[in-house]
Amino acid sequence: MVREHLKLTGTKFGCGSGLCGACTVHVDGRAVRSCQTTMSEVAGKKVTTIEGLSPTSSHPLQKAFIAEQVPQCGYCTSGQIMQAAELLQKNKKPSREQIVAHMDGNICRCGTYPRIVRAIQRAAKEA
Amino acid sequence: MNKPIIENLDLSRRGFVKGAVGLSFSFALGGVLLGRPSEVYAAEGAKLNAYVTIAADNTITILCPTSEMGQGVLTALPLILAEELDADWSKVKCELATGNPRLYGGAHKMFPGAQVTLASVSVPAYYMPLRTAGAQARKVLLDNVAAEWKVPVGELTTDKSMVIHAKSKRRISYGDVVKFAKVPAELPKIAEGDLKKPGQFKLIGRKDIKRVDVPSKVNGTAKYGIDVQVPGMVYASLMHAPMDGVKVASVNADDVKKIKGVTHVLSLPFGVAVVADTVEASRAGRMALKVEWDTKDAKAAPFDSEKAKEEYARKAKDPASEAMEAFKTGDADKALAGAARTLEALYWSEHTYHAQMEPMNAVAKIADDGQSAEIWVGTQVLPLASAVVAGVLKTTPDKIKIHPQLLGGGFGRRIWPDAPVQATVIANIVKKPVKLMLTREDDIMAARPRPMTHHVMKAGLDDKKNLVSWHHRIVAENVDAVAAPPRFAATKGRDYIGWVGMSQDFYNIPNLKADAIREQRGMRVHAWRGIGAGYNKFVSESFLDEVAAARGVDPFDYRLELTKNHPRAQAVIKTVAAMSDYKRKRPGRGLGIAFSDYHDTLTAGVAEVSVDKATGKIKVHNYWIAVDPGLVIQPENAQAQIESAIVYGLSGALSEELSMKGGAIQQSNFNDYHVLRMSDMPELHIKIIATNNPPTGMGEVGIPTVAPAIGNAVAQLTGKRLRHLPMSADRVKKALA
Repeated sequence: MVREHLKLTGTKFGCGSGLCGACTVHVDGRAVRSCQTTMSEVAGKKVTTIEGLSPTSSHPLQKAFIAEQVPQCGYCTSGQIMQAAELLQKNKKPSREQIVAHMDGNICRCGTYPRIVRAIQRAAKEA
Repeated sequence: MNKPIIENLDLSRRGFVKGAVGLSFSFALGGVLLGRPSEVYAAEGAKLNAYVTIAADNTITILCPTSEMGQGVLTALPLILAEELDADWSKVKCELATGNPRLYGGAHKMFPGAQVTLASVSVPAYYMPLRTAGAQARKVLLDNVAAEWKVPVGELTTDKSMVIHAKSKRRISYGDVVKFAKVPAELPKIAEGDLKKPGQFKLIGRKDIKRVDVPSKVNGTAKYGIDVQVPGMVYASLMHAPMDGVKVASVNADDVKKIKGVTHVLSLPFGVAVVADTVEASRAGRMALKVEWDTKDAKAAPFDSEKAKEEYARKAKDPASEAMEAFKTGDADKALAGAARTLEALYWSEHTYHAQMEPMNAVAKIADDGQSAEIWVGTQVLPLASAVVAGVLKTTPDKIKIHPQLLGGGFGRRIWPDAPVQATVIANIVKKPVKLMLTREDDIMAARPRPMTHHVMKAGLDDKKNLVSWHHRIVAENVDAVAAPPRFAATKGRDYIGWVGMSQDFYNIPNLKADAIREQRGMRVHAWRGIGAGYNKFVSESFLDEVAAARGVDPFDYRLELTKNHPRAQAVIKTVAAMSDYKRKRPGRGLGIAFSDYHDTLTAGVAEVSVDKATGKIKVHNYWIAVDPGLVIQPENAQAQIESAIVYGLSGALSEELSMKGGAIQQSNFNDYHVLRMSDMPELHIKIIATNNPPTGMGEVGIPTVAPAIGNAVAQLTGKRLRHLPMSADRVKKALA
């Protein structure tokens, strides 16, 4: 629905089983795997995709992901940012352990994990 | 460089791209659109050669000849050209070139003239061609200004897209030059002496150069193959055939066609496709498919990983087995026979899957007459994709327009152009544009894995414990036979991909033999990031530690001893030892070292590990690596590539494993194919020793040292040698028991 009908292709298809996190979006501010979410579950709720995170790409995480040069292939990045954005909403100053625990469901096959951690820490500091 | 980049071309060495690119070679820097009137340039910008166009507003568009799959070529390659052009980098636009080896072929010794994104060759292949193209474009600008201002060209200099005549204090922007410039019919010749010396570089090597693709990747605007939509297209899903050569014995096509929106259920040589008006219907149709396969003509059908291991082990020992010589120095057999002491060890590695995050996909739109097509796809070899699609339509590659897309990971998987072929076949049947997308499960079923391998290692020491004989035997599916048939034929059956890492070029070993028992059991094996070096270095660098132990020397000291004729190799080994404080003992932890020379980039890695003896789980706490890749184009991204390859290497070393039964892969998704996650990350410590040597590769070189460094560290800690990849918890637990 999100990708092919609404043409919001920033949200990615990765596994279709809630195992990789590439399709992460927010439903009423909560990070969910869109591949595991039906239309009826989000009826009347606010769905935010990467395109809606910031109209000017200026969310602290987006700026931090650029500053830390996180993305390589970039395919998982939207999901990583949406997952991290939920964390920073709940926890303004997450510890490294809290970041890892929160992000462990999001696979990055290019192995940008160290930069993702740094970018989240940077966003937390600069937000 | 005023001679053709490609000389004395030996077609047989061009491997699998031979059929793809045809025989139309010319200089790598052929001029195009020459001799057009200057007013046209003023309006459209001047195309100074195949790579670069300068617009009147000073925007410089530079084409990147290879595919962007995360490794950063879309920045690094245009940067090389911009350096010699003396361009204002802030005004440079980087775009992907189309597939056309005549214009965009590289100059790598392994793939001369080919336009390929693999084997970490982009920077080494294009370093000279792109510098030459940049210098050539600059020379055209200078000649025009010299003529316009009536000054000697030697008095002109350039900086940041400006031509400067210091004597008369005149300056003009490249954009303004374009307004009157004429591009000569024959582009100026550039000799190597015309190029900058590394000390004169303004862009290459600068640490603050960022990747141009990153901003589009943080806001969802970056476009990958899977994001493409074209008017009138329909959706196809595919239950991928579990192996080559199967036929559909039965399919519940009538049931699936009852799903609203499903228009076709197609039994094809590569699987069963469900075509539908919507993505939902095509997916629902895929989930509803019930297919039985007829495997009687499938070569892979009898393959079972465990049974095959028994057969590999038996064949490795059988004197009647035919072993092909891969590499040779001296007489290893004779030296072994005369050795005072011999060592022997058996090693293994399992099939591994690329697990690129973007599952395979392509969009195909065929013209009404069926003789031309447009394809939207992220692929590592554009000319190969157009060649095979042309083959499907029985037309010529020039009739196939490929729209290159960003790749959501390649790692070797997207060398093989199966998705564009499949989309074309389906579109040709349904007579509509088709968007084919594989599910993760089908992407795994369609895997083209790194092969399962078996190794017999033998070493002979003389009475002074000097290593006098080294024999590395591999038993594995021949990868070139499957993934690069023309090269396989041209080399009379060698396996370039599978044998990388067996030759030990930097070690002073007087008698060395590497040979191979080549299996051809119908496995769809392929290049996987790091190719043969991934398992061959695990084996050889682990066994080298076994030899060091027999010799009674420290593994670090022993590597220094063996590399004494190679100062660059010694430098990375010494550097990583210093970085890791290698000789300092850590309670409860082991340290292991390894060295690699993959595609001429030298690396040495050290892993610090602990092992949970109850579960067998290895924890890597720290990983240090020193890298000598020659000249570094874009240091920030070079660092990122090393990080990336280490993670890929760690994942392959510790957890990744496909198993086969009845020729079919048994895993289905990330629940049973385990890739490394954030919680498994060690601290990474990277030092790149940049030198002014010609640049070698960067994309894969972090991989080969990871697995042996871990195995060596576990051996130091526990006294047990791990000889089977992946070193997964179950396997380690058994080894420690």
